[in-house]
Amino acid sequence: MNPFTEPIGVTHYLCVGAVLMVCGMLCMFTKRNALGVLMGIELVLNAANVNLVAFGSSWLRADAARSIALDGQLLAMFVIVLAAAEAAVALAIVLCYYNTQATVDVDKASKLKG
Amino acid sequence: MADSLRWLPLLLELAWLLPLGSFVLIVFFGPLMGKGGRGAGWLATAAIMCSFVLSIAAATVWLSEHPLVHSSARDGSEHDCGASADEHCPAVAHKRAVPAAIFVERYVLAQFDQLRLSVAYWIDALTVAMFCMVTLVASCIHVYSTGYMHEELHEVTDQQVRTADGTALRRPGRYCRFFQYLSLFCFSMLGLVLAGNLAMVFAFWELVGICSYLLIGFYFERRSASLAANKAFIVNRVGDFGMLVGLMAAWSGFGTLALGDTTDAQGRLVQRGIFSQVRPAEADYRLTVPDGMVRMAAAEEISAMVANAHARRPAGEQGQFVEQHKATVDQWQSAEQQSAAAARWQSSEQPKAAAAQRWSVERRQPAAEAQVADRLPWWRSQGYGYWLLVIAGLGLFCGCVGKSAQFPLMVWLPDAMEGPTPVSALIHAATMVAAGVYLVARLYPMFAPEVLLVIACIGCLTLFIAATIAITATDIKRVLAYSTVSQLGYMMFALGVGGWLAGLFHLFTHAFFKALLFLCSGSVIHACGTNDMTQMGGLRRKMPWTAYTMLVGCLAICGAGVPLVVGLSGYYSKDAILAQALSFRAANPAWGGIVVVAFLGAGITAFYMFRMWLMTFAGQPRDKHIYQHAHESPLVMVGPLVVLAILAVVSGWPVPGTALSLESLLEQARPAGAAAGLDQGVLVAGLVIPDEHLSHENPVFHTSAALTAFAVSLLGVLLAAVFYGLPWLDPQVIRRAFAPIYSLLVNKWWLDEIYHYMLVAPTLRLSQLAAWLDRRAIDWLADGLARATALVAQLDDRFDRLVVDRAIDHAADWTYAFGLRLRRVQTGNIRQYLMVLAAGTVALFLLVSWFWR
Repeated sequence: MNPFTEPIGVTHYLCVGAVLMVCGMLCMFTKRNALGVLMGIELVLNAANVNLVAFGSSWLRADAARSIALDGQLLAMFVIVLAAAEAAVALAIVLCYYNTQATVDVDKASKLKG
Repeated sequence: MADSLRWLPLLLELAWLLPLGSFVLIVFFGPLMGKGGRGAGWLATAAIMCSFVLSIAAATVWLSEHPLVHSSARDGSEHDCGASADEHCPAVAHKRAVPAAIFVERYVLAQFDQLRLSVAYWIDALTVAMFCMVTLVASCIHVYSTGYMHEELHEVTDQQVRTADGTALRRPGRYCRFFQYLSLFCFSMLGLVLAGNLAMVFAFWELVGICSYLLIGFYFERRSASLAANKAFIVNRVGDFGMLVGLMAAWSGFGTLALGDTTDAQGRLVQRGIFSQVRPAEADYRLTVPDGMVRMAAAEEISAMVANAHARRPAGEQGQFVEQHKATVDQWQSAEQQSAAAARWQSSEQPKAAAAQRWSVERRQPAAEAQVADRLPWWRSQGYGYWLLVIAGLGLFCGCVGKSAQFPLMVWLPDAMEGPTPVSALIHAATMVAAGVYLVARLYPMFAPEVLLVIACIGCLTLFIAATIAITATDIKRVLAYSTVSQLGYMMFALGVGGWLAGLFHLFTHAFFKALLFLCSGSVIHACGTNDMTQMGGLRRKMPWTAYTMLVGCLAICGAGVPLVVGLSGYYSKDAILAQALSFRAANPAWGGIVVVAFLGAGITAFYMFRMWLMTFAGQPRDKHIYQHAHESPLVMVGPLVVLAILAVVSGWPVPGTALSLESLLEQARPAGAAAGLDQGVLVAGLVIPDEHLSHENPVFHTSAALTAFAVSLLGVLLAAVFYGLPWLDPQVIRRAFAPIYSLLVNKWWLDEIYHYMLVAPTLRLSQLAAWLDRRAIDWLADGLARATALVAQLDDRFDRLVVDRAIDHAADWTYAFGLRLRRVQTGNIRQYLMVLAAGTVALFLLVSWFWR
């Protein structure tokens, strides 16, 4: 099965999601700037959103005739809201961290190590 | 009941409760009443005097409803009244209308099926007369005590008690406490007199006992006093054990403890009382064994009848019965006995008792019950249950033996002299010892002739033994104590030979002159500071009032008087006893010997009383020092003496111009059928308790009793005068001549020693053995168990340390070390965490996809 010759289907979306996911992960692992890590998190979440939307699409589903198929979209909306909330909290933490430590380097934040 | 009689229970109740009120007030506020609690004395005196006034009021109410007829009072003119003989003839006598006693149930404390524990009153002429006597004597004693006990108002130095450093004991005065106990004592005695229920009688009986214990042990720092108090209490326990047996026999036989018939609000009969069961009017007041006792005795026959009745039933019911029968026949029988009282008269015209319907024995066993009811009279005629009646009587008498210090249990009374003298007077005259005689008189209807014979013999023995001991006693109070025992013996003897009135009459007259004698002796002791008569003598010059009032008491107790004409109170009562004794002897020649002893006792009484008086008041002083310090007692002590002396003289006389006398009043309370010569002994063949009226009607008994008693007493007085008044003879000579008899008497017949060797010493040995067993066996066992336990505990401890503790320590150590290592994983590097997270997720994914393909 060659993906490049197949008509666009779920697999292609999943591939895009996977690429996005890996990019996000790499960003999280390598960035020492806290804001960079947050961006990586956003990428990971959006990779998941791509997957959800793909699975929920009425064009791509076998049972499209019998459903309005909005479950994936709804979950994606939910994740977006969650991401916004999470970003707000995380940014607040980062701001506090910067206020006290005068830096946003996550490697410096090791005071709670065992 | 006439209207005014309705007030009687209330009046007596008030008279009874006033001393209780005084007791309670003194308990709580006594020390606050004036200096040293002086007010407590006046409060107690006021309370008992109010009681006396109320009692007199009650007597007035009683007499206004039951006017007195001329009874058999022997006022000289009675002997030649042949014309009136027919109205006194014995056949008519016992049917003479006796005023009905009032039985009131004030309050039911508890009811267990048939057994009602209630505050009930039995009020008849005897109750009223006892109330008057007790409150009067107690009033005199209270007044006297306010003077006698004045030392207790401030701190007391008791020379008879040495503290550890050898000085005399100093203690705070106990004036309040004394009067508090006196009030409780009077309350208890009045309650006993008023009680209409044997359970209530028993409660107050014990209260009287505890009061005497408290008062005898008033100087409880003195070892002798505390021992005497214990002795009085313990000896009385012995008697009370018998009394409990009697109570149980009575309850199981009668099914009730109430003396009178219980009625409900509408006046219907609920339960027949003891008296109407044992002497039913239907049986002409003859002694009748109650149905309950007959049924108990015939238990075997009854169960056979029940079995037969069921054997004749149809087969269908029979199987059911057999299993039921085995389980319930015993239960049924006891139910029978208890309901006997109620079920008894159902066949007669009596209304059906509610209690019987509740028990419904008849409904369950109708055939058998009818048969049993038919057989009852036959069983009764065969003497079934008679022994049970005898046992009930003997048991109740046993309690009276303890309280009234009769022969086997008389040892406590002389020792009770350790209490303050007014207490002795109270115990000896009005309360404690009178209680026993009173109870015998009260329960007289239920005593079978055999029981009366036992009472007569015990009384006879007591009066003789006590009188002989009194001859040699030198302690003035002990002489009086033994004379009390002896006179109580007279009372019991009189009751035993059928002299119901004579015994009670003597109880009353004796109360007056014995209270007088004791208070006089208290006055002497107060003046001399010693009880020992050998240190007294010639005191009549120093204290004439005491001396001559005491002489009146001595004359009264000897029964002095001009024979057949007039005499002091003791003359009449002793005469009545001796006349009845002669009548008893005529009816029962086999038992005549005890009568001789009674006459002998009269002589001895005269001897030792005058010996005491002469040693104390006549002759030359034996101890100059004591004589010089002696003085007449204050008015507050002499006053009661004079009152009592007057009573000792006149209490046997009728009120001039009326029929009112102590005797005619008591005659109104004579229990119907009792001592009327109706009953014959069953167990002792031929025993007849003669009708008391016989001894009055027959001038032979009376004249010979009066003359013989006078002669014997005169002899006693003369003998006393020979030894102690005009010393023609030295008592020492006689003492040496009759050394064995003297040592017998001076050692009180060795009764204490005999009891010590027979009862006290074995008890001590038994307890020593028990103590030895305790130490050797039980302690050894307990110690061994303890040691074994300790050993096991040590092993356990080692196991705990070596295995359990170590295992737990190791686990903890290991956990700690592991934790230390694991700590390093937490680097604090967030990117590292994320990487591990991602790697973990991938690894998990790989694992899952590998294994759950």
